[in-house]
Amino acid sequence: MEIGVFSFGDVQRENGKLGPTRDAITNLLEAIQLADKVGLDFFGVGEHHTEYFPASSPSTILAAAAATTKNIKLGSAVTVLSTDDPVRTYQQFSTANIISGGRVEIIAGRGSSTESFPLFGYSLQDYDKLYAEKLDLLLQINALKEHEKISWEGTFRPPLDKVEIVPQSKKPLKIWLATGGNPESTIRAARLSMPIAYAIIGGRMSRFVPLIELYREAGKQYGTEKALEVSIASPGFIAENAQDAKDTFWDAWSSTMTTLGKVRGFAAPTRDHYDAESNHDGALFAGSPQEIADRIIELHKRIGHTRHFFQMDVGQMPHDKYLKAIELLGTKVAPLVREALAK
Amino acid sequence: MKIGIIGAGRLGTSLARLSLNGGHEVAIANSRGPESLELATKVLIPGARPAELTEVVRDTDFVILALPFHQAIQLDKTLFDGKLVIDATNYWAPVEGTIEVLDASELSSSEYIQQYFDTARIVKSLNHIAYNELEEHTGTGRVVLVASDDDDAKQRVVHYIESLGFDASNGGTLAEGLHFQPDTQLFNTRFTRDQLDS
Repeated sequence: MEIGVFSFGDVQRENGKLGPTRDAITNLLEAIQLADKVGLDFFGVGEHHTEYFPASSPSTILAAAAATTKNIKLGSAVTVLSTDDPVRTYQQFSTANIISGGRVEIIAGRGSSTESFPLFGYSLQDYDKLYAEKLDLLLQINALKEHEKISWEGTFRPPLDKVEIVPQSKKPLKIWLATGGNPESTIRAARLSMPIAYAIIGGRMSRFVPLIELYREAGKQYGTEKALEVSIASPGFIAENAQDAKDTFWDAWSSTMTTLGKVRGFAAPTRDHYDAESNHDGALFAGSPQEIADRIIELHKRIGHTRHFFQMDVGQMPHDKYLKAIELLGTKVAPLVREALAK
Repeated sequence: MKIGIIGAGRLGTSLARLSLNGGHEVAIANSRGPESLELATKVLIPGARPAELTEVVRDTDFVILALPFHQAIQLDKTLFDGKLVIDATNYWAPVEGTIEVLDASELSSSEYIQQYFDTARIVKSLNHIAYNELEEHTGTGRVVLVASDDDDAKQRVVHYIESLGFDASNGGTLAEGLHFQPDTQLFNTRFTRDQLDS
């Protein structure tokens, strides 16, 4: 069972306003380096293009992290593949992967926020077609043998005529399919023999149990079950004291949900709603190290996931508290989980 | 009742499960044909029947639009002549492409749907509650609003919403559906009848 972190880059608050986006990038690199030091298994950087989540170029940050960390696996979380060029995506992640000695992965999503579509000139109405075509090309490139050339033709980018895509990694990159729980995406991952990354950002965790059963059932149908693997990405936060963790994360999470609500047209969340979701079967993992470890273990017994990773820096989370939470995740939560699952 | 659901994503499968629990028969369709839905139906909504779109419209008491707005207004509208249709869609400007009368809130998105499906009986409902809260909030007194220009259709949908375990409340006419669309206080907010009254 791997324990990790993911981040979209979180801009700090300065004098009541949003600080510079550049500081979020240096903070993020520092966080990844700390996660490596405290023995965490994975750090993911999620492509976003906003003034509050500025990690628009995950592969660049990951390349820097690749050169300055030792053991931690590094990935996007997610790459918005629908609005990117799969050739470029492979090149960038393969480069970082080579620098890291084989620790880099791609988590490829259709995109949960919409900013990258107008930014790069794509239509949201092509959402699924874009993803299907680009994923197909990325998987083909990733499966090429040493010095093998590719020819390819599609709708959304110029054809490739017997070209070699360089630099090639020694082994194919691990590429996950990311989804928020769409049944068709779940079946697609099984059909393509891909590990699946569920982002569960609200509601009850148990809602995903039947979906994971669908993934495994589809794997049997397509004969891919041996390749299948489930990871869970959750919002969460750790502090020594459970109430501190819940209060600190409430400030940050409610701030980010209020901002998102304005963009997406929903009302700001209430503390009651938050309290209901940050316990037991809820989607928010804010609490003490023991509490969070227990919830991961409990969930693992139900769904057999192999990785659980947490987004803890949202809504201008103070950087020192964020670093402390990463430390606790690595030094307290992860050992508790490993110990329990080794029994 | 016999319920038809168009769209087998997160919303469609959640509504299917809730309807089955409410004692209804469910037929469900997507754009790729019933074979593509067999496995998902078996695992996620056992008891529901995957079917062609035409059957789902023809053989049911009413249908629910549980697909993106821009896909709903590409369906063959002649299939829906006289049909009772629950419009659970929302118009999301960045996703749907620009429709000026909706951007300016001159029409509710369900009035636009009614203009498109001009001979169908449109009822706006189930659009203001998140799919992941449907099964969580059933039986809690949460209000689901029902709006239509057709009182008989509205009444039938009220009965259906109540059978799912929600408190169905009169949301007025389709034009008044503007009050529970995105960017309103009621959208995606949990409220009971007492809270609604105040």
